[in-house]
Amino acid sequence: MRLTVSHETTYRFDPPMRGVVQSLRMTPSVCENQQVLAWAVAAEGAERGAGFRDGAGDWVETITHIGPVDALSVSVTGEVETIDTGGVLKGHRERMPPAAYLEPTRATAPDRALETLARDTVAGIDVGDVLARAHALCDGIEAAIRYTPGQTEHGTTAAEALALGHGVCQDHAHAMIACASVLDIPARYVTGYLFASEEAGGHEASHAWAELFVPDLGWVGFDASNGVCPDGRYIRIGSGADAQEAAPIRGIAQGAGTEALEARVQVDRAAQSQSQSQA
Amino acid sequence: MGMGQKAGSPQYFNEMYDGAAVRPPYQGLEAWARDMPVDLRTLKQGEAEALFRRIGITFAVYGEGGDPDRLIPFDMFPRVFAADEWRKLDRGVKQRARALNAFLADVYGRGEIIRAGRVPAHLVYRNEAYEKAVVGIKPPKGVYSHIVGIDLVRTGPGEFFVLEDNCRTPSGVSYMLENREIMMRMFPQLFRENRIAPVETYPALLRRTLSSVAPAKCDTPPRVVILTPGHYNSAYYEHSFLADMMGVELVEAQDLFVEGDFVWMRTTEGPQRVDVIYRRIDDAFIDPLCFRPDSMLGVPGLMNVYRSGGVALASAPGAGVADDKAIYTFVPEMIRFYLGEEPVLQNVPTWQCARPDDCAHVIANLADLVVKEVHGSGGYGMLVGPRSTKEQIAAFADKIREKPWNYIAQPTLALSTCPTFVEEGVAPRHVDLRPYCLVGEEVQLVPGGLTRVALTEGSLVVNSSQGGGVKDTWVLAE
Repeated sequence: MRLTVSHETTYRFDPPMRGVVQSLRMTPSVCENQQVLAWAVAAEGAERGAGFRDGAGDWVETITHIGPVDALSVSVTGEVETIDTGGVLKGHRERMPPAAYLEPTRATAPDRALETLARDTVAGIDVGDVLARAHALCDGIEAAIRYTPGQTEHGTTAAEALALGHGVCQDHAHAMIACASVLDIPARYVTGYLFASEEAGGHEASHAWAELFVPDLGWVGFDASNGVCPDGRYIRIGSGADAQEAAPIRGIAQGAGTEALEARVQVDRAAQSQSQSQA
Repeated sequence: MGMGQKAGSPQYFNEMYDGAAVRPPYQGLEAWARDMPVDLRTLKQGEAEALFRRIGITFAVYGEGGDPDRLIPFDMFPRVFAADEWRKLDRGVKQRARALNAFLADVYGRGEIIRAGRVPAHLVYRNEAYEKAVVGIKPPKGVYSHIVGIDLVRTGPGEFFVLEDNCRTPSGVSYMLENREIMMRMFPQLFRENRIAPVETYPALLRRTLSSVAPAKCDTPPRVVILTPGHYNSAYYEHSFLADMMGVELVEAQDLFVEGDFVWMRTTEGPQRVDVIYRRIDDAFIDPLCFRPDSMLGVPGLMNVYRSGGVALASAPGAGVADDKAIYTFVPEMIRFYLGEEPVLQNVPTWQCARPDDCAHVIANLADLVVKEVHGSGGYGMLVGPRSTKEQIAAFADKIREKPWNYIAQPTLALSTCPTFVEEGVAPRHVDLRPYCLVGEEVQLVPGGLTRVALTEGSLVVNSSQGGGVKDTWVLAE
C-alpha cells in the first residue's frame, strides 16, 4: 500500500523560552515492511545536529533553538510503500539484545491485576508457543481495556489503564509490554502512523503498538487497539521501552514559559493515478 | 617501644614485620618512627591536620555518606610496597582494567561472552546499570571506563585479592596526591633517604588519557572539561582539585549547551567547543532528554551528541554494568575470555544468595562470613560475622531470607596490617588499597594509590564513614 504522511507539530511558548533542545525520532524504520519513497523532516529556524542510527535501528536527530523562542514547528512529509508481513518485522538491522527489553519501566510495571490478566489469558497455551501467547495477550488486552479516547493521559501507566478499563493505543501498548514482562517475553513500544480512514474507527493517525520477541520470527507487532498485527496500513518509525523512550519528539525547553502543543496528522492513500502511472 | 609486635593475632599478615625482623621495604622507616619523640609526632600530626583543613579536603570517599565536612584522619605512617611487589599489582590491575573495558565493548556490541554462555544474559541485560542508549555506539578508541579504581586487600606476602572494581567515576585520587604532598612537606628527609616512585604525574597522565579519547571529529587540540554536579556534592573538592592540577575547566551543566553537532562551553570570549567531558555526574542525571527528564544537573542533548560522535564522555554511560557486585564474580572469566590470560589478581570467593545452595551455605555460616548488599556501598548494610552478636546474626539471616537476591557473602578476609600512629604509640591496623588505572590510547598506572586504614583496633572496615583513615602509599623504585 502506498501511503502519504503529513505531520506537523507546533509548540508555542508564552513568554518565550531561552532555548529549546529536541531529540527527534521521526524517520521510518529501514526494513522490508516498508520502502521510503520520499521523506523530509523540517524544523524551520532550528539548528540541526548530526543524526545517527541508535542500537535499536532508529534514526535520531537533534535540533536546537537558541532563544528567545516563542514558537517552534516540526513538520514531516513523506511517502512510503508498505507491504503486509503479518506483523513480522523483517530485515530490520539493529544491535539491541532482546533481553534488554525484559525490565519494566514506571509506565509498564505490572501490578497484581496485570499479572493475573497475563497468566489467565495464556492459561493452557504451551510456554514454548510464544506466538500463540502473544496473540492471546493482544486479544485479552483489547477486551480488558476498551478503546476510549479522553479517559487516560500521557502519564497514565499500564496498571492505571487496566484499572480504568479504558484507554488509547499508548495504554494498550504499555499493557502488552507489562503482560509480556510477566511471561518473560521481551517487548517494546513502537511508534508510527496508521492509515485508518477507511474504517469508522477515528483512531489517531499517529499510532503506537507493541512488538514482542518471538523465537524464530524475531520482533512481531501487536496492535491491541485494533486487535490485529500491523499490516500494510502501518508505517513503523521507532521504538523504546515505553512511550517516553520511544517518543517521536523528546524536548526540553529552558525558561519559565508555558507550553501549548498542537499536532496535525494526515495519513492518506497515495492517489490511485500515481500508482497506476508507475504500473 | 616495639612497633607492630603487638600485631594482635599472627593470622594477619603484618606488612612491616616478619616476626621480629623488619621486612625490607619498611627498613627505611624503622629508625624514623622509633626515634620520633612523642611531642614532635603530636606537632606533625597537628600540622598535617591543619594543612588538610587549609586546602579544604574534607570530603567522604564517594558513596560512603557520612558528614561531608568531617576531616578524614590522615595517618603519617606510610604504607610501602617493594618494587617487585608492585610489579605484580601493576600487571594485575592493568589486566583487569583491559578485561573490564573489553567486557563493556562486548555487552554493548555483539555480546559474545553471553552467547558463549560464560556470563548469564540476565545479569547483564537486566542490570540496572545497563544502558540501552549505549548499544551499538563505538566510543573513541573503544574505551568505556577511562579511570578504573580496583579495591585490593592483601592477606600474605604475595597474596592479593580484589574486593571490587569501580568503573564509573572512582573517587579518592585527590587523597593519593594530597597525602604525598603533605608527607613531602613534613618529612622531606624521608624522600631523600628512600627512593620513592612519584605519583605527582597522575594529573598529567589523566589529562593525556582524556585527550587521547577525543572524538574523530575533533581536529584541534582537544578541549577537556570536568563536569561536576556542583559544590554541594561531597566530592566537589576533588573535582576542582583535578581540574586545577590538569589545567582544564571545571564546569557545571549550565555552563554547557548543545548546538548543532557539538557541545559548547559558555565563556567570556563566546562559545568554545568541548571535546572530552570527564563527568562526575551519575548516568541518570547527565541528560534529561535521554535519562531522567527531571534532572537539573544534566545537559539536554548531550547523549545525542555523544552517540553521533561529537563528544567523548569519561566514563561512558552504562559503564557501571561491569562493576556490579554480581558481575564481579565473572571478572576472572572475562580475563580468560577476552585476553586469553590467567588472572594475576584473585577474586574473593563469593556466594550469591540468589542461588539456593549458596544461600543455605551463607545462612549456616554467617558467623564466619561478610555479607554485603549487591548494590550497597560504603560499608553500610553489611554484616561482619565474626564481629557480630548472635542476635545481630539472627536478625541478618531474616533479612537474607526475605530478599536473597539482594545479598552476596564472602569469607572474612585476613586483611594485612600496617603500622599506624595511635594514642599509645605505633600499632598495627588493617589496610586496603585503591590504585587508579587510566585507560585511553594506552593503559597506565601511577605507582601508588589510596591506602585506607581501619583506625579502630581490630576493625576490618576501612571505610571513612566507619572510622577509617588514609595513608601515603609508597612504591619503592627498582
